[in-house]
Amino acid sequence: MVQKNRLKRSDFIFIESGDAFQPFQYSVGMEGSRFFAELRDHKKFWGLRCPSCRKVYVPPRKICGPCFKTMEEWVEVGPMGTLSAFTILRFPFIDPETGEKKPVPYGYAFILLDGASTQFQHFLKIDPDWPPAIGVRVKPVFAENRQGKLSDILHFEAA
Amino acid sequence: MKRTAIVGCGQTDHNGNRFDVTGIELIHEAVSRALADAELTIEDIDGVVIGNMDHFEGINGVELWSISGNGGILKPTIKLTTGGTTGSTLAIGGYHLTASGLFNKLLVIGWEKNSESDTTGAITTAFDPVWDRLVFAGAISGLAVEASAYMKKFGVTEKDAARAVIRDRKHAVKNPHAHLRREVTIEEVLRAPLLSDPIKALDICPRTDGACAVIFANEDYAEKICPKPAWISGAANRHPYAYLGDVDWYPLKSLALASQELYAKLGIKEPLKEINLMELYTPYSFANLSWIEALGLAKPGEGAKLIWDGVTDAGGALPINLSGGVLSTNPIGATGLIRAAECAHQIMGRAGERQAQGVKKALSTGFGGCFWSDILIYGSEKPS
Repeated sequence: MVQKNRLKRSDFIFIESGDAFQPFQYSVGMEGSRFFAELRDHKKFWGLRCPSCRKVYVPPRKICGPCFKTMEEWVEVGPMGTLSAFTILRFPFIDPETGEKKPVPYGYAFILLDGASTQFQHFLKIDPDWPPAIGVRVKPVFAENRQGKLSDILHFEAA
Repeated sequence: MKRTAIVGCGQTDHNGNRFDVTGIELIHEAVSRALADAELTIEDIDGVVIGNMDHFEGINGVELWSISGNGGILKPTIKLTTGGTTGSTLAIGGYHLTASGLFNKLLVIGWEKNSESDTTGAITTAFDPVWDRLVFAGAISGLAVEASAYMKKFGVTEKDAARAVIRDRKHAVKNPHAHLRREVTIEEVLRAPLLSDPIKALDICPRTDGACAVIFANEDYAEKICPKPAWISGAANRHPYAYLGDVDWYPLKSLALASQELYAKLGIKEPLKEINLMELYTPYSFANLSWIEALGLAKPGEGAKLIWDGVTDAGGALPINLSGGVLSTNPIGATGLIRAAECAHQIMGRAGERQAQGVKKALSTGFGGCFWSDILIYGSEKPS
């Protein structure tokens, strides 16, 4: 009987899964495609308004879950916003998208873009001269070469 | 609908690394102990429900892969999995299936071998690949953000949260199944390495290898199997969000709504006075303050006072997490089911050194997904 809490790794054989990976290709639909095209071509943010509860959803999606209604009314939001909650990630972990370690530390922000009802998640610039706080105003910083994806925004920072 | 009860429970010796067993053998260990607890054999069982979070082990057909250990050969065998709430969903599934009368004696199993992959990376795969994964960093990041909003709203401190950690870790010392069985001090919690502000290493649950098996039986069999069955009084759940950005940070809406539904159904007006014991899926320190407010035990922002006053300690008016809770043990797919097993063993009087006296009503929760909650209430009396 192996004694609990005294298991040594060297006593056992392990089989590693190796470097194999499974690539995926995700459709973002009509709404997601429009959002990313506007972000890429005009650095603009667009959301969809629910005809029932009037909430403006960013990122846009076809269905308001709570009302179970289809949304069609486009509303421009942002690009400025307010920090509604955040953390600074400090522990290393593997990014399942890339298989690489995430570049910690990084700021993880929830931002209420002006005109939106839901929060937008993105990186928050860590700046020793600007300790972030809930309620501060923030603005996006865009990448030079944008490809129509979330990383077209580099991060948000003090407005 | 038939009244239904838990009549037997088994847990493995949970540990950070159960290198001595495969997942199948780990499952078998819990199942054998549950059958022994109920004084049944596998031949007595009508069907098997098993669950975990597939991406932790990368094995998708868990119900068939584990069939030699889970006892399901030549029986109806299905998988239930709902992310972090998997264990509590399993308990609710066991309740529904036996209450329907289509199953009389059902074996329900939750398990995880978190040592087999990168937990944070794997949890991230439960979230939207396009909108959530760029910045999201698993459970710790989402919970850290929740804590930041809760602290700002009410002026709650890291020391308040640390008090809840020392409660759970102290309770775990008396639980032979617990993973972390060493008491910690408030100073140790406050000095632990910072993982994601304001969460430090001792504020968050461990990653554990472990399994839990629970046998449900309906009213035609429960009292023949178990002298003091733990009757299921009711269950409720709420899944309010899809994307993390949709979350309202306070209160934990899913738990508030689920508990309000169940209290109303059971005529519970003052849960703090009417329920004798709770096993909560509180995976980090601040949840032990904020989420008991969602459960109606304290007014908004006043959860910490209840914790400091010792009301929820062993021997207090409403002991919470006498098992040591999730902060001491967290084999993720089993975690919600362990909460159910602990409540059931307390009602049966089989909780060993951690036994509370006179447990007539107990409550367990599950947490996961995108701030989703499950809740079950158990009673020593057969429901009328």
